[in-house]
Amino acid sequence: MGEWIRAAPEIFMVCAISVILVVDVFLPRAQRRATFYLTMLALLGTALCSLYYGAGERTTLLYDSFVSDPAGNVLKLFAYAIVALVFLYSRDYLEREGLYKGEYFILGLFALLGIMVMISANSLLILYLGLELLSLALYALVAFDRESSIAAESAMKYFVLGAIASGTLLYGISVLYGVTGTVDIGELGAYFSTGEGPQVAALLGLAFVIVGVAFKFGAVPFHMWLPDVYQGARTPVTLFISTAPKLASFALAWRVMVEGLGGLHGSWQDMVIVLSVLSLAVGNVAAIAQTNLKRMLAYSTISHVGFILMGFIAGTPQGLSAAMFYTIAYAFMAAAAFGMIILLSREGFEAENIADFKGLNARDPWFALMMLMIMFSMAGIPLFVGFYAKLVVLESVLDAGLVWLAVLGVFFAVIGAFYYLRVIWFMYFSEVEESAEGKIGTEALEASTALRIAVSVNALLLLAFGLFPGALLDLCGSVLGLA
Amino acid sequence: MQARWVAGRQAVSGFPILSALVWLPILAGIAVLALGSGEAGARRGKLVALVASTVVFILSLPLYFGFDVTTAEMQFVERVSWIERFNVYYHLGLDGISLPLVLLTTLLTPLVVLAGWRVIQLRPAQYFAAFLFMEGLMIGVFAALDGLLFYVFWEAMLVPMFIIIGVWGGERRIYATVKFFLFTFLGSVFMLVALIYLYLQAGSYAILAFHDLPLTMREQQWIFVAFLLAFAVKVPMWPVHTWLPDAHVEAPTGGSVILAAVLLKMGGYGFVRFSLPITPDASAALAGVIIVLSLIAIIYIAFVALAQEDMKKLIAYSSIAHMGFVTLGFFVVFQIALGGTGGAGIFGGDGAMLALQGGMVQMISHGLISGALFLCVGVMYDRLHSRQIADYGGVVNTMPRFAALMVFFALANAGLPGTSGFVGEFLVILGSFQASFWLAFLAATTLVFGAAYTLWLVKRVVFGDVANDGVASLKDVDSREFFYLAVLAAGVLLLGVWPAPLLEVMEVTLANLLEHVQQTKL
Repeated sequence: MGEWIRAAPEIFMVCAISVILVVDVFLPRAQRRATFYLTMLALLGTALCSLYYGAGERTTLLYDSFVSDPAGNVLKLFAYAIVALVFLYSRDYLEREGLYKGEYFILGLFALLGIMVMISANSLLILYLGLELLSLALYALVAFDRESSIAAESAMKYFVLGAIASGTLLYGISVLYGVTGTVDIGELGAYFSTGEGPQVAALLGLAFVIVGVAFKFGAVPFHMWLPDVYQGARTPVTLFISTAPKLASFALAWRVMVEGLGGLHGSWQDMVIVLSVLSLAVGNVAAIAQTNLKRMLAYSTISHVGFILMGFIAGTPQGLSAAMFYTIAYAFMAAAAFGMIILLSREGFEAENIADFKGLNARDPWFALMMLMIMFSMAGIPLFVGFYAKLVVLESVLDAGLVWLAVLGVFFAVIGAFYYLRVIWFMYFSEVEESAEGKIGTEALEASTALRIAVSVNALLLLAFGLFPGALLDLCGSVLGLA
Repeated sequence: MQARWVAGRQAVSGFPILSALVWLPILAGIAVLALGSGEAGARRGKLVALVASTVVFILSLPLYFGFDVTTAEMQFVERVSWIERFNVYYHLGLDGISLPLVLLTTLLTPLVVLAGWRVIQLRPAQYFAAFLFMEGLMIGVFAALDGLLFYVFWEAMLVPMFIIIGVWGGERRIYATVKFFLFTFLGSVFMLVALIYLYLQAGSYAILAFHDLPLTMREQQWIFVAFLLAFAVKVPMWPVHTWLPDAHVEAPTGGSVILAAVLLKMGGYGFVRFSLPITPDASAALAGVIIVLSLIAIIYIAFVALAQEDMKKLIAYSSIAHMGFVTLGFFVVFQIALGGTGGAGIFGGDGAMLALQGGMVQMISHGLISGALFLCVGVMYDRLHSRQIADYGGVVNTMPRFAALMVFFALANAGLPGTSGFVGEFLVILGSFQASFWLAFLAATTLVFGAAYTLWLVKRVVFGDVANDGVASLKDVDSREFFYLAVLAAGVLLLGVWPAPLLEVMEVTLANLLEHVQQTKL
């Protein structure tokens, strides 16, 4: 067998998507649920491919444009798990809202394929292709509910701004190609690690690339699209956007900034510091003012991005593995938080305002407890995984001698704690009240058993990783070459 | 020699007694939650909570009787690798400083459960579960020998406390609990930065490794300040004390008791476990600042207490003033060392030793007394649903047994000889005399002001004629209430007339600490 077998997960995924696409069209209406199961099966098959063929030493293939390495493999496996979780959460909601169409799952799988390609890209062009595949699928997903004008508006906004970001990135890539004569990430790395001072043109290209990366992450000041898209998209779509694509953003930053332009670390460090500090400040402060939970979580995402970027600042393998740990932990936290919104929603009623969580403890103490764990995890309180995510990032920053940055980071974490606390106080301290529309009731939650179990498991995972963070930390360390 | 922080004595029988003390309450808390919030479930949950906390108390007794008072080494040590990558260990152990605090915690929790027995109608299962979680986490804080483990327990404790104040508190509970959470969180995150910094220097999170770590003066000062922020908020010291009156007043009785009796002690404990031994030179250099802040707490806050109309608020402010003695005792040590009077002081003890012992005794004693006073207010509040002094008067006429106990605790709070309140303050003042007469003089004014606000409180609430129909209708304490107050009264009296068992436990550890603190790290 050829070396191409290392790309088996991607190949399998393409085939699976094609099959599902065709099958879905010919399925009678009554049997449309099969699409969901086929999708899950496709994810399982891809995961098996990754476990079986993807594992192993770092190898480049397809004329060095594609790389299969342990860190990428781990990222992909987490991406499958999170996407599976997202589909599981979404199914009931889509059926209830009359949005259950095969397209949701197919577009989701295409987005996942884009993520996989980005993770495994060893050439800037392949990276760009993966990014476009991901982005186009996401634009379509946001506009997925044709009836909703808000969704259409945010899709438009997302598309225009996303296209500018892609253009910026592509322009940066072209400048770098002009300077170095290559788009191969490995060769770029070698070119810039010679220790000679970088040319001005290379710095120009670098700046454009960083802007592109910041855009995809949603780092301040390139965050404008994020709150509107989060709020405007239907909840299952927001759920998707806020989770797995973050792994792709991490992969983008890792492949480009660390592997390709690691030699220019001295030049991009300050840029990333600015992005990180601004994201922490704007994200945390703006989140306080929100009454819409989806929008609040959007700003909270921005602040988390600030922490993820902090991991890159140190420019060490420790910092990189900290950022990876943070990204994975964040994806699980975000999935759980949006899962809770879906869990609380009923027909014709989106539990997307923070006030909709009022009195949840009286209605359903178990899920109030789950939400409490999710919020405290996001706030970075120990016993939950969010704390260790912040801890490892701070450790890497302190190790790099940037004490002031660490102090600033924890300071904003305290400000951030406030809005997570507010959700908890609505759940626990406010008694149930009938709102004007009579929507917030005392009645029990309507969610299906599968959804209940999935959200519970997801939230308990945050606790489990919090009590025993060692395994995940070791994993993120070892795949990135830390002893 | 094997590194000191790795050694230490295992529990004699090999039974992981500290782990049992930490996790048993937490598991019991989960069980209470699982029993459900229905009426039958809540009744069973209450019982589980009482049994579990009593079992924990009984389990903690062997710690005292099995404790070797002749060594400063950590005892009952458990050490298992937890997060290998960062060299973090699940490392528990006790010395003479932490043992009394653990016992204080295990003693108070069953009493708090009893105090909430009939009063808590709203979601009783969650109430008792929260206190059980608190107990496990608090014991964890005192027993943790690994910096990260310590921090995990320290922060995780905010979660149940946030819920306790917010759900079962008074009218302004949400404001109070959010303020409490953010204040303490803000203080502790800087400690986290300091801990990570120390880890990077020492290559391990072991607290005892931090003790031996050489640090420059500049590093020490920054680390001292970071720790100070965390501990000063917790103690609380003036001027970061403002969360405490709010939190105490709004918290339910049990919450106030745990806050005053145990949570505040974590600040004091932090000073002796972290600040003094890790940054001795910075502590010496900045001792003057801490002493001034302590004196402000002792004198100024006493005046503030005098002006209160709300019983709980008065006791809350008196807590701040009394905790001022703890920080004074810990930091006056440096003035004595510098002052150089040295030699054998009164009672044949060194002045610095007296001050340290005084601070420690004051912590335990304040735990018992302030806990008891909050319980007293709780007893009255349960009957008349008012905390205002003006709503009471002549309680002694209708509640003679209760009045006797309350007057006793009030006198203890004022530092009456024969009660534990006297021992701690007296030792600190004695120690301070060796530093400076005026320092001791100012500290001693508490004996006047403390008596003033406490006795005035008693006069207005307990004595006099029956003030109104509410007071006339009061029923005296029942056997449950009498029991938990009597237990505390016995403790206060015992430590007051015979503090030796407590002093004996601490002596070697504190002597070792003193020796360590006097060695410069520069």
